[in-house]
Amino acid sequence: MRRVPWPWLGLLLLTLATSAIGSADKMIPMPPDHAYAALKPGPGVEVTRQQCVSCHSTDYIVMQPRGDAKQWDGVVTKMIKVFGAPVNDQDAKTIVEYLATQYGN
Amino acid sequence: MSDLSRRDAVKAIARFGALVAAGGVVRPGTSALAQDDPVLAGRPLVRYPEKTDLILLTSRPPQLETPMEYFDRAITPNEAFFVRYHVFPIPLEVDLATWRLRVTGRVDRPLELSLDDLKTRFPRAAVTAVNQCSGNSRGRFSPRVLGGQWGDGAMGNAEWVGARLKDILAAAGVRQGAVQATFDGLDRPAFPSVPDFVKSLDIARIMDDQDILVAYQMNGAPLPMLNGYPARLVVPGWYATYWVKNLSEIEVVDGTFEKFWMRPGYRIPDNACGCVTPGTAPARTVPINRMTVRSFIASPRPGTRVAAGRPITLKGIAFDGGYGIQEVQISTDGGAVWRRADLGADLGRYSFREWSTAWTPRQPGPARVLVRAFNRIGESQGREALWNPAGYLRNVIEHLDLQVG
Repeated sequence: MRRVPWPWLGLLLLTLATSAIGSADKMIPMPPDHAYAALKPGPGVEVTRQQCVSCHSTDYIVMQPRGDAKQWDGVVTKMIKVFGAPVNDQDAKTIVEYLATQYGN
Repeated sequence: MSDLSRRDAVKAIARFGALVAAGGVVRPGTSALAQDDPVLAGRPLVRYPEKTDLILLTSRPPQLETPMEYFDRAITPNEAFFVRYHVFPIPLEVDLATWRLRVTGRVDRPLELSLDDLKTRFPRAAVTAVNQCSGNSRGRFSPRVLGGQWGDGAMGNAEWVGARLKDILAAAGVRQGAVQATFDGLDRPAFPSVPDFVKSLDIARIMDDQDILVAYQMNGAPLPMLNGYPARLVVPGWYATYWVKNLSEIEVVDGTFEKFWMRPGYRIPDNACGCVTPGTAPARTVPINRMTVRSFIASPRPGTRVAAGRPITLKGIAFDGGYGIQEVQISTDGGAVWRRADLGADLGRYSFREWSTAWTPRQPGPARVLVRAFNRIGESQGREALWNPAGYLRNVIEHLDLQVG
């Protein structure tokens, strides 16, 4: 089998890459969630992560002022009532307890 | 790194490692900038597509803030311009062959405009204007408030070029009795229950303001995707919440639009200061609107050591909600005596106004420089920060702390 000269191979790859992009005039990748905002370990952390990260990265949580259960209950209720987060009552309770413990004042 | 303490150096290295692990890019040596500021402490510098190193507030939806170093000049580079999205997923791809700006609702002739249509069917208009997030500096509120804990970098100034919104609405023919137009972008929430980011402006206001644009150019280039490619609304003088990015639909409506992002979102107390006693709730609110007067010292950076008896140059920017900056003043004695700084070129009443002044520190030890601005109707900045529960409208007198000797 004859070897393909590398400039042609390069051109072929470029063509493939371009066709994969399709007809978009601008396309950007979405960087992954940054590790600096990882949730603290503790009871309820998995439920909290699962329920929250479907809509936003965890920096939305860790940057907030520390607060008691009342503050975090207000936040979780807002996510459910205003933003329509599909979180059941049991999980909501777990999340509030986790946040008030790990991000309490 | 010479001015970094050992502990800071260790932290900076740890942060660099975390960034590399997360696939981010960092400019080593500058990660110390955030250390000086309690609001920015611990936040990494990240490089998103088409952007340079910016301070990460949130990854998704992305919120990135501009380091203060960029505010020693009037124009903020596109790659350094802050980013703020509300809902996820955000648009990552635009195909101009299919992208259209639709104008619908209470109009005689609904429109579907391509980018070429925007450029060729309407006169080209330009305005240099500040785009500042309503919650810029929210992290400095005391008592603290919930929300994006921004430092001071959720602002930028650019020359915007586009079609006038009033010309587009005139082409569509707004019907008698229409009250508002709503603006929607390509960002669509993952769940239908999440309120889509839609904003509104009064028709009367739009038709009376030739500087409101659908902008397709920013500082002479197409908009970065994260700043609204291919076109965004530009509402000079008003907070960035109205400057809808990746604009795709304008709907003319009969009443006042009051979905989530107009009510209860983005409201301020209905009084002259937009403020209430800290920790209390306002009785009545209105949609946030015109920006308050602000001024910043961008150079030198806080904590810089300067020699006694040798002049240094203080530099920064000032802006307001569209009357234009009249004067910038500096005080080096805690606000007893104020003296006028030199103003840079006037790029229009909606733009950042550069200012600079020479100052010779005399006393060795810590020194504090205050800055305040006045606009053309005499509005200025206060010594005590005003407070409201959403953390909007911050415009307290800013300061810079230096070490002399």
